[in-house]
Amino acid sequence: MLELRNVSKVVSGETHIADVSLRLEPGTLNVLLGPTLAGKTSLMRLMAGLDRPTSGSVHMDGEDVTGVPVQKRSVAMVYQQFINYPAMSVYENIASPLRVAGVDQATIERKVRQAAALLHLEPHLERTPLELSGGQQQRTALARAMVKDARLVLLDEPLANLDYKLREELRAELPRIFAESGAIFVYATTEPSEALLLGGNTATLSEGRVTQFGPTVEVFRDPVDLLTARTFSDPPLNTIVVQKQGKHFMLKGSDGLPVPAQLAALADGRYTLGFRPHHLSLEPATDHAVPIEARVTVTEITGSESFVHLDYAGNAWVMLEEGVHRIGVDETLRVFIDTRHLLVFDETGRSVAAGHAQAA
Amino acid sequence: MAQVKQDAARNRGILLRDSGPAQAAAGASDRAAGTRARRRRGREGGGFWWIVPTLYIVFLMLPIYWLINMSFKTTNEILGGFSLWPQNFTIESYVEIFTNPVWYNGYVSSITYVLINTVISVTVALPAAYAFSRYRFLGDKHLFFWLLTNRMAPPAIFALPFYQLYSAIGLFDTPWAVALAHCLFNIPLAVWILEGFMSGVPKEIDETAYIDGYSWPRFFVKIFMPLIASGIGVTAFFCFMFSWVELLLAKTLTAVDAKPIAAVMTRTASTSGYELGLLAAAGVLTIVPGAVVIWFVRNYIAKGFALGRV
Repeated sequence: MLELRNVSKVVSGETHIADVSLRLEPGTLNVLLGPTLAGKTSLMRLMAGLDRPTSGSVHMDGEDVTGVPVQKRSVAMVYQQFINYPAMSVYENIASPLRVAGVDQATIERKVRQAAALLHLEPHLERTPLELSGGQQQRTALARAMVKDARLVLLDEPLANLDYKLREELRAELPRIFAESGAIFVYATTEPSEALLLGGNTATLSEGRVTQFGPTVEVFRDPVDLLTARTFSDPPLNTIVVQKQGKHFMLKGSDGLPVPAQLAALADGRYTLGFRPHHLSLEPATDHAVPIEARVTVTEITGSESFVHLDYAGNAWVMLEEGVHRIGVDETLRVFIDTRHLLVFDETGRSVAAGHAQAA
Repeated sequence: MAQVKQDAARNRGILLRDSGPAQAAAGASDRAAGTRARRRRGREGGGFWWIVPTLYIVFLMLPIYWLINMSFKTTNEILGGFSLWPQNFTIESYVEIFTNPVWYNGYVSSITYVLINTVISVTVALPAAYAFSRYRFLGDKHLFFWLLTNRMAPPAIFALPFYQLYSAIGLFDTPWAVALAHCLFNIPLAVWILEGFMSGVPKEIDETAYIDGYSWPRFFVKIFMPLIASGIGVTAFFCFMFSWVELLLAKTLTAVDAKPIAAVMTRTASTSGYELGLLAAAGVLTIVPGAVVIWFVRNYIAKGFALGRV
């Protein structure tokens, strides 16, 4: 078990990681989700022991490893860039951690062959990494991380620089490849959809803080605050500030939304409502859908889906609709908000109620 | 909808405008092709395109040719007249150099201190350049620049301090004296060149090696040095050349035993006048080691002049 206790990292006056506490169990897949510069890589470097935290401590299986150099820890790491040893053959690249550890030749041979077979690298073992394609280079790096049998495996956006098809393929394989090892598996990504596809646990990061950590689906459905909800939403979360008065959320320039049944107990006051793009629709999905009129700013069509960007009283929203819809710019459109899925945040950004009472 | 179309049209406009430099580039390559065509026509039509390069090469090679020419003449012929090639071809001068220990020991001691210097410079500069390339420490940038300013002072001004210091500790007239003195300007140069090459290697490779379990020395020798092998080659070449052509310190810090070839050459001035044939032959042999080393690193020299920042 890897445990971070109140870990902070300050580099020349700039806070990269602020008071992070995490417990990662062996045999689990943990996703670090956050935009660029959120601190994913910084946090991984602290976990690995490449950097020393400014304050706080790192514990591995109950033992304090805060100042222990990375060589003495059982860690494997794969970077976003394809990092291999260009002067060595692919075989030697994969064998390298075993050679350093002084493993006997027969074991090295067996493990390298096994890893190469799993990652489809067998035909390339005698070549050097720079002669390979990007995907093969990254698979070499993954194979090297795999043969080490480390207790902590860190993957820092390993698929970000790969093309679409290869990414899909490796993403499906990765959890399977590392699952058997029983290692703690940490995976950093900027894409919410990738976190959902990988499953496991997710820690959402924002400006060096872990805003929420828990099972991925739970974090997605029930974000504890607005920041988490925004981090874990792509396209961006739609929000609007409202005033709750009795049975209505009063909106600027409209009659207001009726408060759905599951939020009836909410006290009157100012709130921020959040709802995801697919909870906006052209047709009422259920009888909980409430119509609202908004101006269209842009329509993006991506094959089977359309993203309609709307402007509602100065709030920029996105609606995700199935199928191709040609909607003129500046047209006023009647759209429906599914009020069952409303996320409600108070003025400090804390979640007061999540509208997932029924399955999302 | 109409808005979208307008936007698209505007975008196309931008694209067209943007293609300006591309068109210019295409134009340039057209012109280049035109020049080539003209050159071909010129060749067919007996033009004069070859005059400038020929003159350039002639002027460049003439002194070297003249030196070689003289080395195969007798001193009397050199002094007696002006001839484009040796009238009485002789290898007497070369025989003298290769058989007289005073002469060939000059070469031996020159090569000895140059090699010692190259090895010391590269060995010392490798970890220093690594530190400058990988770590941020107090005053690192100033220190790095200060290294280069060491090259701005003429080596001659250090001759006197070196002379007295080396005499005091008994290093005077040994190859080590010259080798260490040349470190003064070769180590800064080596650090600068190597730093450029090292900064071209991503830091993540270092970290991956540490994660794999490599200790720093093992990583440096097994993984890092092969990556900057060409940089080390170029650095060694520059150290070799600068040490080889530096004469003032080399002459000042030696007397008899470790006399460099340049000092030996002054022997040709004797009571009977100058032995010019011998001097020319020694000069030719002095060019040879540099030419040999250049041959080995010819593909990397340009990179070295850019201090690895290509």
